[in-house]
Amino acid sequence: MAGVKLRPHHIAPVAIFAIVAVFLYWGLYLNPRQIPTALKSKPVPEFELPPVQGRSLGLSSEHLRAGEVTLVNVFASWCVPCRIEHPLLMELHAKEEVTIHGLNYKDPPRQAAAFLDELGDPYSRTGADPTGRVGIDWGVYGVPETFVVTRDGRIACKHIGPLTPNDVRDKILPLVRALKADPKQEKTC
Amino acid sequence: MLRRLAAPIAALFLALFASLALAIGVDEPLADPAAEQRAREISRSLRCLVCQNQSIEDSNAALARDLRRIVRERIEAGDSDGQVRAYLVARYGDWVLLNPPFKATTYLLWFAPLLLLMLAIGGVMLYYRHLRARARSEAEPAALSAEEQGRIKELLSERTGP
Repeated sequence: MAGVKLRPHHIAPVAIFAIVAVFLYWGLYLNPRQIPTALKSKPVPEFELPPVQGRSLGLSSEHLRAGEVTLVNVFASWCVPCRIEHPLLMELHAKEEVTIHGLNYKDPPRQAAAFLDELGDPYSRTGADPTGRVGIDWGVYGVPETFVVTRDGRIACKHIGPLTPNDVRDKILPLVRALKADPKQEKTC
Repeated sequence: MLRRLAAPIAALFLALFASLALAIGVDEPLADPAAEQRAREISRSLRCLVCQNQSIEDSNAALARDLRRIVRERIEAGDSDGQVRAYLVARYGDWVLLNPPFKATTYLLWFAPLLLLMLAIGGVMLYYRHLRARARSEAEPAALSAEEQGRIKELLSERTGP
């Protein structure tokens, strides 16, 4: 190669390989289960649900427009990751920084009540959705899911799968704080 | 760790979903065969969000079953095929469509194959032009310059000299 001038077509294969490699590397860290929600920045769907058995406060879209930044956690007693994230919700509830509401998805009433009796109830209000119809209106497809709802009842963020302490610290709470401070309620995640 | 557990957990979920779905009720086909045919066609074009690469028509996940029922409900309510799809897109986004829609954000997706094909054809054409140019330059060497002609004359006259 000594003395041969480097021309574009000599570099092209290496350059193409490098570009493809960068995209493939990036792809390694994409999570195909994290699908951006179609509801971001949209008002929460209209619904009204009775509470989980044994509790007195039901949940409706009215309650989510009541002027408070809230979390809506979709859970079910049959959902194993829900059990994993539950202690974190209890912790978050104890901190009293943000109100958490529970949407109980496709759960038999007695089992839902037993789940909350056993593990504790971090929810200010619960809505029992035994058929999953309200869940579908929310675009739920993999419990647990957690939504951050603005003061005026719009969906600012959807987290799919169990929350981890890192998610709460780096994603959920910063957004909640930003929304509390933001008069326009435009922040999303 | 989580990856290795994924399969057994998925199996467990499937079992749980399946038993739950039985409690809710199984598919009920529409009475009108034409409407039922439409429901099947639409279901085939919608992605099951749990299994992701199956249509809701093919999937036996509980969510797919619920969505199949919603498709039939919307048809009975008088929706067109497009309206049924729009109903689900409003909730789950374009992702729920197995055929991505043709719009500004998906131009790159739709045009990428054509773009790559054109790039490849361009590359091949450049390569052949390069080959042809080289073959030509080897077949007929460049004409001699006036200086070179003079030098030849000089050498020849040296040899034929006295």
